[in-house]
Amino acid sequence: MDTTPIDLGHIEVLQILDEHAQLDEALDPGYAPEQLLRMHRGLVLTRAFDQRMLTMQRQGEMGTFAPNLGQEACQLGQVIPLTRDDWYSPSYRSFGAQIWRGWSMERLFKLWSGYHEGFPPPPDVNDLPFSIVIGSHVLPAVGVAMGMRYRNEPHCMVVNYGDGASSQGAVSEAMNFAAVNKAPVVFVCENNGWAISTPLGKQSATSNLAVRGIGFGVPTIRVDGNDILAMTTAVEQAANRARNGEGPMLIEAITYRMSLHTTADDPTVYRSQELVDPWEARCPIVRFETYLQRKGILDAEDAERVRAECDAEVIAARDRFRTDAVARPREIFDHIYGELPAELEAQKQAYLDRLDRKGVE
Amino acid sequence: MPQRTMVEALNLALDESMDRDDAVCIMGEDVGINGGVFRVTKGLHEKYGERRVMDTPLAECGIIGTAVGMAINGLKPVTEIQFSGFTMQAFDQIEQNMARLHNRTMGRFPMRMVLRTPYGGGIRAVEHHSESRETYWAHTPGLKVVIPSGPRNARALLAAAIDDPDPVIFYEPKAVYRAFREDVPEERETMPIGTSQVVREGKDLTLISYGAMMRPAREAVEDLVDEHGIDVELIDLLTISPMDSETLCKSVAKTGRCVIVHEGHRTCGIASEIIARINEGAFEYLEAPIKRLTGYDIPFPYFQTEQYFLPDADDIIESVRETMAWE
Repeated sequence: MDTTPIDLGHIEVLQILDEHAQLDEALDPGYAPEQLLRMHRGLVLTRAFDQRMLTMQRQGEMGTFAPNLGQEACQLGQVIPLTRDDWYSPSYRSFGAQIWRGWSMERLFKLWSGYHEGFPPPPDVNDLPFSIVIGSHVLPAVGVAMGMRYRNEPHCMVVNYGDGASSQGAVSEAMNFAAVNKAPVVFVCENNGWAISTPLGKQSATSNLAVRGIGFGVPTIRVDGNDILAMTTAVEQAANRARNGEGPMLIEAITYRMSLHTTADDPTVYRSQELVDPWEARCPIVRFETYLQRKGILDAEDAERVRAECDAEVIAARDRFRTDAVARPREIFDHIYGELPAELEAQKQAYLDRLDRKGVE
Repeated sequence: MPQRTMVEALNLALDESMDRDDAVCIMGEDVGINGGVFRVTKGLHEKYGERRVMDTPLAECGIIGTAVGMAINGLKPVTEIQFSGFTMQAFDQIEQNMARLHNRTMGRFPMRMVLRTPYGGGIRAVEHHSESRETYWAHTPGLKVVIPSGPRNARALLAAAIDDPDPVIFYEPKAVYRAFREDVPEERETMPIGTSQVVREGKDLTLISYGAMMRPAREAVEDLVDEHGIDVELIDLLTISPMDSETLCKSVAKTGRCVIVHEGHRTCGIASEIIARINEGAFEYLEAPIKRLTGYDIPFPYFQTEQYFLPDADDIIESVRETMAWE
């Protein structure tokens, strides 16, 4: 009699640095101290940028934006394992990852304060711009990866989206297209528990979004998104798999939106502080610092110095932004078509005349 | 010169574009071994393989969205949406990405891609298979919209659309697909996008149409000239957007009278835009109100009654004669 257990399937989970900053030594990725410190600085810089953005927004200098407090490890972990030849497709809350990828902070300040020139990815960075409409960037990200396969390039695409986006049909279509085409793409579902005021429980009847991958034939793993070592390890493995032609993978990263959905949002209307408190204790930066201190490569003084340096870096970028950012109303007709059609040329001329009459430079 | 149907002419344009450039690829439902439900991609899978002729999952939004990504990556995807009624599934990706990425990225990611799709009525099809909703795309900044009317211009315009630096919505009049053959040269031929064609010169009235409606329009013109002595100037729009206002206004400035024919719905239809442009560019030459003969503002009817919805040659003759009689 065959007594082989039925394969009921299961979801792999990964945590390397637990909530108490205890390392699972069997899973230690073994990064060199300088790499660990670089990661730490990235986390601190992300938070410093986030806080400065919030201040500037409250002072009227910045448009509405989506803070990423508490999601720093999740974001950086997605891109740390990528090379310059790999691609990254961010969401609007991903600016920590964007800074790591090579977007200057001035560019991001411009982006979020309404200057078009902030929006395109920098010329030397293989990133997509994010889309404002939730989840609509995921299909193009898969298409870029399909293009890599078309050209037989050994690179990959990491695409980020959230628990809210997972309800969009286009995201399911993207996963299916990627699976069928064996596209070299890593889906990172950054599950922060909230889509504005809608908690995960109203977003999905399953609390586990990783299972979505299984239905499409996409291998999946659930990762502690506040554990930067688990994030980099999972993404690195998924990226290598993709680069080797083994197809897509889904990583559900569990994290928490500690702050506002956007600066136009007031979460006290829909969630109690009791829900947020446990996550204060799960702060990804504190966890990583505790680990580095125990490991003896960072002390409290170092941590303070890094914070001060990052703050200064952000302030310097803000000052450059204040000098550089210039609205260019005369250029709004540029970049619509390869060559402007006659009707649009006429509209442009009429518009420029109108600016002249109004005395606008 | 070989005689070809529109289906064969489109197939020729795809074949020669793929032959010239490895970046050109085809994506769509049943476009591979099956050669597309209308056989426009017939034989290309065999010739170029599944790397370049991709049968996709059944998801129009997915087809356009992934094609956008292929274009970001420097490829030139030519997508097929099986019927234009199904492009509504892809509206999301057309509006949010295909039409806007060039602008969003200030030209870093131009959208060199084509969305081919059969449109229009007259083939006794079920619901959602007979629509003419070109207005949606003409209303969307960043897109170009092209609608050929016969085999020769279909081949030349599709080749041009594939070469074009901008995203092109290419509506194929399926009622014309196999309706007639035309001389289509062996050697590659393109036509400029954004230019309309004066098919017949005349001095009494300007008749403007495009796509499948060019057939009844030609038929009507023959009758109007021969039987009624009305010297009609017939214009084939060919590109809906960007519209060739100059050719239209120049013609109306000469004739002073104008009738526009299309099967798409009337309200905010292409004729409305043409009338506005003539109003801006040739108002002082008008001797009669411009008449539009269009589909009604009702859903396309079930096919036992579709012939009453679509304008025909008799309707065009009547409209032209009314406009000529106006004083």
